Amino acid sequence: MNISPYFFYGFGGIAIACSLLVILKKNPVSSAFSLVMVFFSFAGIYALLDAHLIAALQIFVYAGAIMVLFVFVIMLLNADVPSFDLGRTHLGMRAVAGVLISMILALFIWAFKKTPLTPAIAQFSSENIEAAGGNTLVVSELMFSEYILPFELTSVLLLAAIVGAVAIAKRKLATGRF
Amino acid sequence: MGVEPWVVLAFSAVIFFIGFTGVLIRRNILVVLMSIELMLNAVNLTFVTFSKQLQHMGGQMSVFFVITVAAAESAVGLGLVIAMFRTLRSVDTDQIQFLKE
Repeated sequence: MNISPYFFYGFGGIAIACSLLVILKKNPVSSAFSLVMVFFSFAGIYALLDAHLIAALQIFVYAGAIMVLFVFVIMLLNADVPSFDLGRTHLGMRAVAGVLISMILALFIWAFKKTPLTPAIAQFSSENIEAAGGNTLVVSELMFSEYILPFELTSVLLLAAIVGAVAIAKRKLATGRF
Repeated sequence: MGVEPWVVLAFSAVIFFIGFTGVLIRRNILVVLMSIELMLNAVNLTFVTFSKQLQHMGGQMSVFFVITVAAAESAVGLGLVIAMFRTLRSVDTDQIQFLKE
């Protein structure tokens, strides 16, 4: 693909390092801020891949809304006690799990390498998108024409999520258990 | 000059398995939710790469819907975390053992 390798490997290196920090840091606040860096690197890679609307949404929704929610809950619960004990599992089991995960990962990479990726119809080639007014315009027109039903259904999903979150978080626990 | 598509796909697979490992090894439920977000992001990158390479916009539309679902999922998930903390005074997944009693 015709993207700059320096930017891709830069953003990719930052993303891999910070996602390792997310799962290895003991303190959840450190994990949350490493996750913000991962989201910003992903937004950079989306922009490299000409998905400008997705890159902007990634910043707004993930690095903005979702991370604020996470940090707010961490602050609210005041539960930033370090919790990380890998040491309770058996050493042999850990080795087996590591080998299995590496094998599945190698299988994925092998499959990705072998899959032929030739476009069937070049309706949305880079030149056509550029001529039609850019990525955001093309995606928006598709969203309100071909994908209008799933787009409207997401509003039902968001309403259900709002009602569900309020109902779960506000429940009076008079009976004791969940 | 450029990056092969399978390199980008392999990168997203690596991020997915880092998130998967995080779900398995961590006991803090907030970090488990963050690892789920990592996995969703890796899948989004796969969608965008295929969308670019196959010159089809369905991938980017899917990413839009995945982002919506991820926002809804984290709102409900953090509501569950608050309910859990209120009952157990802890965010440790090992403390959820009511079925033992």
